[in-house]
Amino acid sequence: MAVDDRKVGVFMFLPAVAYIGLLIGAPLLLAVLYAFSDARIGTMGFHFVGLENFRSILQSPSFRAALRNSVVFTISAQIIVIVASSILSIALEPAFHGRWFVRLLILLPWVAPISLGAIGWKWILDSIYSVITWVLVWAHIFKPYGAPMWLGEPTLAMASVVLVHSWRLIPFSTVIMLAGRTSIPKEIPEAAAIDGAGFWRTEFLINIPMMMPIISVAVLFGTIFTFTDMTVVYILTAGGPFDSTQVLPSLAFATGIQGSDLAAGAAISLFLVPVLILIAYFMLRAAHRAEVA
Amino acid sequence: MAVVQIRNLTKVFKAGTLGAVNNINLETKEGEFLVLLGPSGSGKTTLLRMIAGLEAPTSGEILIGGTVVNNLTPRERGIAMVFQSYALYPHLSVRENIAFPLKAQKVPKEQHKPKVEWAAGLLGIEKLLDRKPRQLSGGERQRVALARAIVREPRVFLLDEPLSNLDAKLRTSAREELDEFHQRIKTTTIYVTHDQVEAMALGDRIVVLHQGQVRQIGTPQEVYDDPADTFVATFLGSPPMNLLETDDVIVGFRPERFLPAGLIAPWAPIDEVTKTLKPENLLPADLLGSGNRIPLRLLVEHSEYLGSERVLYGKLPETRFRDKPVCARVSSSVLETYTPNTTYDFAVPEHELKFFDAKTGKRIPPRPFPWQ
Repeated sequence: MAVDDRKVGVFMFLPAVAYIGLLIGAPLLLAVLYAFSDARIGTMGFHFVGLENFRSILQSPSFRAALRNSVVFTISAQIIVIVASSILSIALEPAFHGRWFVRLLILLPWVAPISLGAIGWKWILDSIYSVITWVLVWAHIFKPYGAPMWLGEPTLAMASVVLVHSWRLIPFSTVIMLAGRTSIPKEIPEAAAIDGAGFWRTEFLINIPMMMPIISVAVLFGTIFTFTDMTVVYILTAGGPFDSTQVLPSLAFATGIQGSDLAAGAAISLFLVPVLILIAYFMLRAAHRAEVA
Repeated sequence: MAVVQIRNLTKVFKAGTLGAVNNINLETKEGEFLVLLGPSGSGKTTLLRMIAGLEAPTSGEILIGGTVVNNLTPRERGIAMVFQSYALYPHLSVRENIAFPLKAQKVPKEQHKPKVEWAAGLLGIEKLLDRKPRQLSGGERQRVALARAIVREPRVFLLDEPLSNLDAKLRTSAREELDEFHQRIKTTTIYVTHDQVEAMALGDRIVVLHQGQVRQIGTPQEVYDDPADTFVATFLGSPPMNLLETDDVIVGFRPERFLPAGLIAPWAPIDEVTKTLKPENLLPADLLGSGNRIPLRLLVEHSEYLGSERVLYGKLPETRFRDKPVCARVSSSVLETYTPNTTYDFAVPEHELKFFDAKTGKRIPPRPFPWQ
C-alpha cells in the first residue's frame, strides 16, 4: 500500500521543527517572557511588569554606551570587512600557482574556533607579552614601557576589538564575494576593457554594481553576526576598559547572567531584535531590487 | 578606418601543445568586411581576441593602421567589439550602455547625448533607450551591442558570432541589416563565424581557418568554387563536395553540379531530351558552361525533399568507387521523382571536377582520372 506522501513529508520534517522549536523558539519565547517580567536568578516568582524593564534600561548610561558601542563596532567592522574582502576577491579570482592554498589560508580564521583565535589575539595584544609591542620597541618606534596598551586604552581597545572581529569575518565575506565575482560573465569586464574602461572604472561602474545583490547578502550576514556576537569582546576586553567596548550582547550577558537580573538582560538582548529585523528587511529588499534591475 | 595586418601570429595556450593559432598572416583592405570562418576550435575567436587585445600573442605581430599594437591595451587600439553574448551591462539602461564607451574614454559630457542618439538612430533603437537589457529581445540586444560599438567611431570593428544567439528567421533579417549597416559606415570589419551561409552572404573576403592555420583567403565565390584543399572543399557547401579518392589523387565535384544527364547535355538531340524530361525542367545548356560531361550512373539509395531542392544520396555502381557514398542536389523545378534503389543517368560537367593531391589534400591541376 502506498504511504501518503504528505504524511511522510511531515514526519521527515519533524526533527527539524523540533530542533528549531526547542533550541531557538523556546529560549526566544522565554526571553520575551522574562523581558516583560521581574525574573531574577534564584527567584521562582513571575510578575508581569509591562515595559518597565525597557524603560529602565533606556535610562541606564551603560546601556546607552553599549548601544553606541554596538553601532560603532558593527558599522566599522562591516566597512573594514567589505573593503578587505573586495580586495581579496579581486586578488584571488584569477588563476595563479597555489591559489587553492592561499584561499585555504584565508579561510582558516573562519574555520578555526573563534575562542581559540580570540585567545591568540589576546596574547598578541597583551599589555606585557604583546608581540606587536615587542616588534615596535625593537624597531625603536616606542620606548620600552612607553608602548600603547592595546586593550587598556578605550580607543585602542575598541579598534582592537573591531579589527579582530573583522579578521574573523573577512574569510566568510571573501567567499561570498568570490562567488559573486565568478558569477559575472567573463565577457562583461572584457567588453568594459574594450570600451576603454580602466581598472577602477570597471570595478566601480561594472563589477561592484553587478555584485550588489551578493554584497548586500554579505553585509546583512556580517551585520547580524556582529550585532549579536560577543565572543571577541568578551575574551579580549570583557567590555572594558570602563565599558568602552561593552556591546549589547556582552552587556546583556553581564547583566542577565553575571548580574542575575534576567529580566533586564532579556530586555537588553531583545532590544536588538526589531532593529535587526528592519536591517534584514531593507538589505533583502535592496538585494532583490538589484537582482531584478 | 584602418587596415589590420597580422604577421606570423601564433598563440600557444599551454607550452608543448599545438597552438590555437599557428603562424597566421593576414591583411585586411580598407573598409573591408573580412570573415574568419572555421569549425569550432579552429582558432578564429582566439585570433579575434588577439586583435582586440584580450589575449596576448605568443609570437608574431598585429598592426592596426600601420602601427604595431601588440603592447597596447584594448582601449588604445581604437577597436570596438561585439561579443557573441553581446555582453551588455545588465544594470545599466540602453542609453547608459551606449554611453559607456564615451564615459570610459572621457569624451566631454555634452557630446554624449548627440552621439548616443546618432548611434541609436543608425540602428533604429531610439525608442528603447530607457529600457534595461533584460527587457529587450535577442535582436534588439544585438542592435544595442552594435550601437555601443559604433558610438565612438572605432577604426576597426570586431564581431564574434553576433548572430548565433538569434533564431533562424531573425538571423536572416539581422544578417541583411548588418550588411546594410556595413555599407553605410564602411568601417573595416572582422567577423568571426562558423556559419558558412553568413560568411558567404556578408564577407567581401573569407578567411577559412582550420587548426589555427589559414587554409584559404578569397572572395566567397573563390573559396566555394575554387577550394584550395579538401578541407575548404568539404567545409563549405551543404551537403559538402563529393570526394572520390584513388591512390594519388582525389577528385571532387559539388552535389549541385552533379545533375541528371539530360540537364547538362549540350549536344544531346533535342528529341532525346524531351523524351525523358519535360521542357520546363531544362536548364539552358550554355548556363551550365560548355565542354565535356562525365556521365555517371547514380544508384539512388534515399532522397530528401527539401522544398526548393531534392538531395539524393547514393552510390556510383558502374565506377571503381562503387562503395563510396555520393550525393546530388537537384533543383525541385525538375519534376522527376527518384525511387530508391533505382539507377539514373547523371553527369557532371568536366570543368566542375576539382583535383586534389591525395597525400596533402592540396589542389592540383586537372589530370586524367580513372573512373573505372
